[in-house]
Amino acid sequence: AFFWLVSLLLASLIWFVSVHLSDREDAKLQYGLLIFGAAVSVLLQEAFRFAYFKLLKKADEGLATISEDGRSPISLRQMAYVSGLSFGIISGVFSVINILADSIGPGIVGIHGDSPYYFITSAFLTMALVLLHTFWGVIFFDACEKRRYWCLGLVVASHLLTSGLTFLNPWYEASLVPIFIITLCTGLWAFFTAGGSFRNILKCLSCKQEDDSRVMMYSALQVPFED
Amino acid sequence: MITFMNDSDSEEEPCNERTSLMSAESPPVPSYQDGLQASEAGEAQAHRKRRTGSSRSPNNIADGDMSESGVPVRESTLENEEEELTLKYGAKHVIMLFVPVTLCMIVVVATIKSVRFYTEKNGQLIYTPFTEDTPSVGQRLLNSVLNTIIMISVIVVMTVFLVLLYKYRCYKFIHGWLILSSLMLLFLFTYIYLGEVLKTYNVAMDYPTLFLVIWNFGAVGMICIHWKGPLQLQQAYLIMISALMALVFIKYLPEWSAWVILGAISIYDLMAVLCPKGPLRMLVETAQERNEPIFPALIYSSAMMWTVGMAKPDTAARGPSQQTWNAAEDGRENHRSPSHADSQVSETRTPVPTRPISSFEELEEEERGVKLGLGDFIFYSVLVGKAAATASGDWNTTLACFVAILIGLCLTLLLLAVFKKALPALPISITFGLVFYFSTDNLVRPFMDTLASHQLYI
Repeated sequence: AFFWLVSLLLASLIWFVSVHLSDREDAKLQYGLLIFGAAVSVLLQEAFRFAYFKLLKKADEGLATISEDGRSPISLRQMAYVSGLSFGIISGVFSVINILADSIGPGIVGIHGDSPYYFITSAFLTMALVLLHTFWGVIFFDACEKRRYWCLGLVVASHLLTSGLTFLNPWYEASLVPIFIITLCTGLWAFFTAGGSFRNILKCLSCKQEDDSRVMMYSALQVPFED
Repeated sequence: MITFMNDSDSEEEPCNERTSLMSAESPPVPSYQDGLQASEAGEAQAHRKRRTGSSRSPNNIADGDMSESGVPVRESTLENEEEELTLKYGAKHVIMLFVPVTLCMIVVVATIKSVRFYTEKNGQLIYTPFTEDTPSVGQRLLNSVLNTIIMISVIVVMTVFLVLLYKYRCYKFIHGWLILSSLMLLFLFTYIYLGEVLKTYNVAMDYPTLFLVIWNFGAVGMICIHWKGPLQLQQAYLIMISALMALVFIKYLPEWSAWVILGAISIYDLMAVLCPKGPLRMLVETAQERNEPIFPALIYSSAMMWTVGMAKPDTAARGPSQQTWNAAEDGRENHRSPSHADSQVSETRTPVPTRPISSFEELEEEERGVKLGLGDFIFYSVLVGKAAATASGDWNTTLACFVAILIGLCLTLLLLAVFKKALPALPISITFGLVFYFSTDNLVRPFMDTLASHQLYI
């Protein structure tokens, strides 16, 4: 969350500077600057996600060397999930908390001609964004780990695409529906990246006990780690 | 200051009225404390007391500083095991400190956002005599700097006074001061707070009920903090009094003075704890030499003392003793066992804070605790509360400050695990908090507002 905040800070700094250096009256220019600011923000977020990955890798190595069996207590996959989730939470909270605070107060939605569905669509968009950040975190870390840079590029591109689609608001059919499709696809992708498969789902759903006999067979063949 | 409890000496500490309440076989491990924080807490109380006309100001500072105590001697074992344990327990204690800090901030922010009283300007403390209602910006800045200088010098004087009191063993005086100040907090300020909350929600309460509620709250609080009580209740009371003090600070410090004071206090904290001639460091060293327990009521302890299985099973030791101690030898024996046993030991440790006090174990368990001064709580909450109160009604700023403070706390605890000596808890967190407050309020807010008005997401 801290890393996301820092990236947001830098992006706002850039936007702020650009706005102040430009003509305030020109609405088109301001809108253009806003798009530019949003794009810069997306790129910075991904850059900071990468920086966080590097930091966690270092910490992971440190933990592994200290621990007794040479493996760190937290797997990189868990770290990826947590990192994605925290990015998502802070991003979602920053997007929606002011809207929530305003929604308590007296008022009428869309009285000046804006869409009356502002609140509900904001809620759905935020949910999609939180989920997306989580999935992107998982995919991103896995791609960095396995050095599949096309995956990285795809994650960044999909983030840019999602952010760009929100520019089509309030034409909600064009923005909400594609974003949810993207969310679903990214979710499936993250699921398979994290090692899931159809068999896992079936096993989970049927709540079957793990077949322990095979495990015992293997352990009988292996030298135990400690005596 | 944050203290990290390490292995303790096994000699019996001199029994004073405090330690006689604790189990005889366990020398309380002195913990590092940020006396400054406590002294600031004392300051706050002093201010309030001054306002209400009582003259007990020295007490609070004494209380604050008495939260200092000495460093236990570390015995070295295998480097790796110690390091691993440090990290393992360090991580757990980070979480155990996150929760109370978060709770305190939540209480303060919730009160600020809902009760109008704490955001209304209604006079100033006597320690900040210069007003900020000046025509020019330069004058306002000058006034706030002067206010800060006065405040910090008062704090320094009080801290030095406290160090002297402690050096010359005027324990009764300090105890009395401590008790009077917490009396005032628990009764008077709770009464005011309750009154304002009831006013806000337009709830009627008759005086007999009010008297009953406040009497019970205050009496149980006094007992919990100064004597014995369940650890969680004690922690809850400490959080509540920190929140109350922070609210008073938020109300009575003028805008710019508050920010400058926060900055100056973290610098002072840094110097007072780390410089060789700093008052807090001298206090710590004196307490170390005497191997004395710290005074409760101005330190928050994240862990429990858990000494069992000896000659005198003593349930009394748990609650009020803010001290966590490590039975070094036994602990290490446990840790030398193979890893699965180690995990077993750590598993038995984790339920420690939640287990009822009366259960006894065969083996001697201990919990390494981290202590955080209440002044730290107060100033963190002041920062977040001020952000909530003055940031144009924006929640983003409050959240950003909250995250910044927690990350600062995390870093400080990391440094504590690395350096293993008393560290000031304020500087890093307050720096992050201030940076994030000003940048979020001025840079991020217009950006996010513009994005939200077009319903754009990044």
